[in-house]
Amino acid sequence: MNALALLLSLAYLGLVFLAPGALSNLFGLLALGATAFLRLSPNGRTLNLALLTLGFTLGLVRSGNTLGLIGLVGILVALTTLPRIPGWIRALLGLAILLLSVPMAGFANTFIFELGIQIGIYAAMALGLNVVVGMAGLLDLGYAAFFAVGAYTWAIFGSEQAKNFMQGSFPLPGEYMYLFMGIAVVTTALTGLFIGLPALRLRGDYLAIVTLGLGEVVRILANNLDHPINFTNGPQGITPVQRPPIDWFRELMGGLGVRLDQATDYQLFFYLLVLLMIGLVVLANVNLANSRFGRAWVAIREDEVAARSMGIPLLPTKLLAFMTGAAFSGVMGVIFAAQRTFVSPESFTLLASITILGMVILGGMGSIPGAILGAAALTILNLDVLKTFSEFVRTSLPQIPSQVDPAKYERLVFGLILVLMMIFRPEGLIPERRHKAEMEEA
Amino acid sequence: MLEQILALLPQVIFDGFILGFVYAMVALGYTMVYGVLELINFAHSEIFMIGAVVGVEVFRYLAPHVGNGFLLLFIALVLGGVVAGITAILVERFAYRPLRARGTTNRLVPLITAIGVSFILQDLVRLVEGLWHNEFFLRMRTVEDLEGSIELFGGAIFAQSKSFILMGVSILMLLGLTYLVNRTKLGVAIRAVAQDLQTASLMGIDPDRIISRTFLIGGSLGGVAGVLFALQYTTITPYVGFLPGIKAFTAAVLGGIGNIPGAMLGGLVLGQLENFFGTYLPILTSGNFGTEYKDVVAFLILIFILLVRPQGLLGQVVREKV
Repeated sequence: MNALALLLSLAYLGLVFLAPGALSNLFGLLALGATAFLRLSPNGRTLNLALLTLGFTLGLVRSGNTLGLIGLVGILVALTTLPRIPGWIRALLGLAILLLSVPMAGFANTFIFELGIQIGIYAAMALGLNVVVGMAGLLDLGYAAFFAVGAYTWAIFGSEQAKNFMQGSFPLPGEYMYLFMGIAVVTTALTGLFIGLPALRLRGDYLAIVTLGLGEVVRILANNLDHPINFTNGPQGITPVQRPPIDWFRELMGGLGVRLDQATDYQLFFYLLVLLMIGLVVLANVNLANSRFGRAWVAIREDEVAARSMGIPLLPTKLLAFMTGAAFSGVMGVIFAAQRTFVSPESFTLLASITILGMVILGGMGSIPGAILGAAALTILNLDVLKTFSEFVRTSLPQIPSQVDPAKYERLVFGLILVLMMIFRPEGLIPERRHKAEMEEA
Repeated sequence: MLEQILALLPQVIFDGFILGFVYAMVALGYTMVYGVLELINFAHSEIFMIGAVVGVEVFRYLAPHVGNGFLLLFIALVLGGVVAGITAILVERFAYRPLRARGTTNRLVPLITAIGVSFILQDLVRLVEGLWHNEFFLRMRTVEDLEGSIELFGGAIFAQSKSFILMGVSILMLLGLTYLVNRTKLGVAIRAVAQDLQTASLMGIDPDRIISRTFLIGGSLGGVAGVLFALQYTTITPYVGFLPGIKAFTAAVLGGIGNIPGAMLGGLVLGQLENFFGTYLPILTSGNFGTEYKDVVAFLILIFILLVRPQGLLGQVVREKV
């Protein structure tokens, strides 16, 4: 078995060196599958994963085919889930993928950066929602509202928009973005408090509907608060939003021997910033899960009545989960606004809320690697797979009418994923231990 | 300003009733499914939308052949009800039943399935309509017989005759449903399953069959509501079901979910409130806050009702057994 898997990986390495592209990357994914599912010795597995990392990186740099990115995500999943791989190997390979492979691929094809940043923003939000839904068991269908509050917090003051209702020199300089990341934590946590205070007295389905309604209220406000006073500029959205100056970052990178051009420097900067944020959010998540509050959330999720009779104050504990999740989302909203330099109500629809929820569920409720995997899978599906497939259909099968353009049917594919997941694997792709036990028990 | 408000008032109330009856009809479907399965069947919004689309198609194809507008509407109502009812059964069979078979106790699972089904139906209709007519906005064809209008109370109310059809059909639906649930054998079985699924199955009731029929009834009511909605408001898209669906759910909660007259009452109250705020907000705030905020009002009402009277206007308090 070891020899076979090794052979596959080496064959892929050769293939990707000679003819990088979709086909060789598909072969690589096959080799990855073999590595994950065949009975291999730990050493063989480690060696294979390292070889495949090299291969996917090479494939990405040489051809820019995004299947390579899927491969890298797959390796990250393998590193977090497969047993008996030494800890330092996991850390080393993981860091190499995140800090070397992806940036190198990004220099060759900036779309990889864009994809990486979007995955990162959604992953951080999925981790935030994971606190609310996964740990505390509160179904929130209006989560994108907090993202919107965060994004508008910076967009209004980081553009000329604030001039409409305030004295002072706007836009604020880009450095203020860091300050506003902190301010967004406060504004979104407060929004969470306002929404949660009435909503969290309700349970289960009612909570879902009320959060959905309040999410819509925030969207309607964003859409219509351009009169009588122009706060949000209505459906046109706000642009341009300031970005922080990054001369220091360019110098730093220059010192490391990386020369950046205008198109990629900000992309690399935001990619690294998002990675840093995910690191912090994961840290917060792990610590919360093991804290007094984390255990209280799980207790409420498992049995509210029992939790209450054990002396857990229901409303404050739930509110805390709600506000924590909201704050994570708010920070990412600020980064989102700055990275895009554009904010409009379009990005905060019910579909966005449900997509983030879908990420948590797809990955496995309550599971941290699960939320990140879910974010990666759905973002790649939406931004890349469906669009590539559309292009393929348009160029190679022009007789098929444009109404069946796969990119238009994001909801259909997403809905199918949700339904099939719920029927066949409701515990998610990487289930949390306790959640899995609960599902099996049922 | 007061004169302006008073002058508009009869019309506002009348239009509010029409909107209210639409919500009430959709709310009946939510309430039935919720009563039996305790599931917010999000996909019911799309069942409603499918009824509306069928209505548009029937008018498109049959209007040149069927002379009588009322006959045409009758055909559309029947077909809309049947297609929507069958869709509801299929949804139940392929999405919800497998979950019951697994015996999942987690409440999130069926809710998420319902959202997924709702997305699937929206895009499927879009796909079909796109291939068929290359259209996204479907327009209801006008038929002369149904386009009459009268003025009541010396011109205070401008009423289209189709509005009266809408009201009549929805009142019939309420009466029929009340009769069915309270007086027929199927109704007894539905109530038994709603009370306790396990015990009902011990009494010789096949729960799957009863649930399937509940979806059929709820779905066809939704479909009929959709046809009437299309007739009244004329423009339909595959995503048109979402807002009426949420409003109808609000109406069902308002009336006390699981309670059939409650759903009707909730729909009417919500329709009145929404139309009231939709018309008067711009006047009261001299144009600063427009009609768009009527949805905000609807959601705020929902929250308020749930906080003050969680069991709804006509609902009963359910005690939690520990």
